[in-house]
Amino acid sequence: MKAFTYERATSARDAAAKAAAHKGAKFIAGGTNLLDLMKLEVEAPTHLIDVNHLGLDRIEDTPEGGLRIGTEVRNSDLAADPRVRQRYSVLSRALLAGASGQLRNKATTGGNLLQRTRCYYFYDTTKPCNKRDPGSGCAAIDGYNRILAVLGTSPKCIATHPSDMAVAMRALDAVVETVNPDGETRSIPIADFHRLPGATPQIETNLRPGEVIASVVLPPPPSGVQIYRKVRDRASYAFALVSVAAVVDHDGGRIRSARLAFGGLAHKPWRVAEAEAALAGAPATAASYHAAADLVLQGARGFGANDFKIPLARRTLASVLTQAVEG
Amino acid sequence: MRLSADDSDFEGPTRRAVMAVGVGAASLVTTAQASSQAPATGSPAPAMTRVRLSVNGQSHDLTLDSRTTLLDALREHLRLTGTKKGCDHGQCGACTVLVNGRRINSCLTLAVMHATGEPGGDEIVTIEGLGDPEHLHPLQEAFLEHDGFQCGYCTPGQICSAVGMLAEAKAGWPSVVTADLATSPPLDEHEISERMSGNICRCAAYPNIRAAILQAAGGGVA
Repeated sequence: MKAFTYERATSARDAAAKAAAHKGAKFIAGGTNLLDLMKLEVEAPTHLIDVNHLGLDRIEDTPEGGLRIGTEVRNSDLAADPRVRQRYSVLSRALLAGASGQLRNKATTGGNLLQRTRCYYFYDTTKPCNKRDPGSGCAAIDGYNRILAVLGTSPKCIATHPSDMAVAMRALDAVVETVNPDGETRSIPIADFHRLPGATPQIETNLRPGEVIASVVLPPPPSGVQIYRKVRDRASYAFALVSVAAVVDHDGGRIRSARLAFGGLAHKPWRVAEAEAALAGAPATAASYHAAADLVLQGARGFGANDFKIPLARRTLASVLTQAVEG
Repeated sequence: MRLSADDSDFEGPTRRAVMAVGVGAASLVTTAQASSQAPATGSPAPAMTRVRLSVNGQSHDLTLDSRTTLLDALREHLRLTGTKKGCDHGQCGACTVLVNGRRINSCLTLAVMHATGEPGGDEIVTIEGLGDPEHLHPLQEAFLEHDGFQCGYCTPGQICSAVGMLAEAKAGWPSVVTADLATSPPLDEHEISERMSGNICRCAAYPNIRAAILQAAGGGVA
C-alpha cells in the first residue's frame, strides 16, 4: 500500500472542501472496497478523508412519504430498518443479498454506490485495463469475461457495476443528494448517477471533483409486489451474475405496471422504459414476459464466456414476473 | 497480562490535534519515518499518527503508520495474535473482531479510524476479550463441545462473528433467507449458515460450527 496522510471531516461540506484542497485525495467511509484496492495498489490515494463522522448516519421520513438515507448509514442498518423492510422490501432484500454480515456492518450507503467493478483485470495490475490505467487497453474483452457486461459496453471496457443496493434503488427511482466544496447541494436521479464506460471507463459517475454524497432519497413506495432475485455461483456471499429488482402491480390476469432494474449486466443498473411500457396493461403471460425481455436485452452482446448471461437474464425476468403474479 | 507496545509519553499534542493529521500534522509527530525520503513515484513519505485504541477494556497509545490496518495494530503492535490474518482482503473472516459490539473484518479498516475519543470512541473486543481458558465464553464452550474446528485457524474469527451475529438476530435483524421480513424468525441451521457465510473454514468443519452456534443460540443440540 502506498503511503497517505489522513484526516477526519466533520460535515459533508467540510469533506468536500478538504477534497478540493488535496490533489489525490479520496474519501474513506466503510473502507471495505477502497482498502482492498489500496492493498493491491489499484488505488493509491495520497490523502484519505474519513467521512464516518459527518452527522449523516440517520434514516429520516420525508414530508412526501419517502425516506432520506444518510450517506453514512450502514448497509446492515438500512436493511434492518422497519420502514425499509415494510415499504421498500426490494431494497432490504437487495442489501441482505450482498456481501457478508461483517461487510454490511461497515459498508455505507454512499460508499456502496461508489464501489468499483470486480472485473478480474481491473484488479490485476500486471494486465492492461482502461479503467485502472486509461489508454492501456482492455484485457477482459478477449479474456476470461464470464462475470462481465453484455449491455452498454464499449470497445474500451466491459466491466459491470457490482452493487445490489443500487439496482433496487434504480427500480425505486432514488435520488442522490450531494454537497460541493462551496456548500451547494444537487439532486441527481440515480438513473443519471452512474455512467456507461464509453471512451472514459475510468469516470464512473457524474459526481464532480470534490462533490460528496450526503444522502439518498427514496420517493414514496410504488404500489405492487416487490422482489429482488439474485442469480449467482454460490447461494451466499457472491456477486450477481444476473439480478432483477422488480416492483410489479397486477390484478391477477394483467400487469398494471412494472418497474424492472437489472444488475450484473452492465456498467450501471440497467432499466429499459420501453420494456416496462410494453408490460403495462399486458396479459400476465409468458408471451408478455418474453416480449419484455426482448426489449430489455435489445443490443445485448456477449464476449464468449459471458454469453450465457443473455438467456439467463431472460429466464430470470420471466421467473420473477411469474412469481410476482402467482406468488 | 499481555505485552503492550504502548507509548508511555502520550502527553504531547492533544488527541484532537493529532487526529487532524494533514501533511502538516504528520510533521508535528516527529518520527524517523516521517523524515525519510518520499519514493520516486511521488507518493508521500509514511505518515505517522498517534492513535489511542480501546481494546478489551484497556486503552493503548500507539504511534502508527496511517496505513496500519486494525488487524495489524492488534497483532503486530498489541501482540493480540488471537485475531488471525487469512486472506487480508475481507473474504475469509478470520480477522473478525467486534467494534462497539458489531462484527467487522479488521483487515479492511484502518486503526486510525477507530481511535477513541470524540468523535468515535470505538470499543474493540477480540477473542482474547471474550474469554480465557479459566472463563470460557459460552460460544467457546460450545465450539469445544461440538468440535467446531479442525486446524483452528478460522476459529477466533468464527467465534467473534457468531457473537456479533447472535446480537444481530437478537435485535431482530432479518437475513436474505428470512421468508417474511416483517418477522424475526428463530435461528435455525439455514439462518445460521446464511448469516455466517462471511467466515470460511478450509477444513470444512461447518456442520459442527453450525451445531455449536445453534446450541449457543439456545436452539439445543443439533
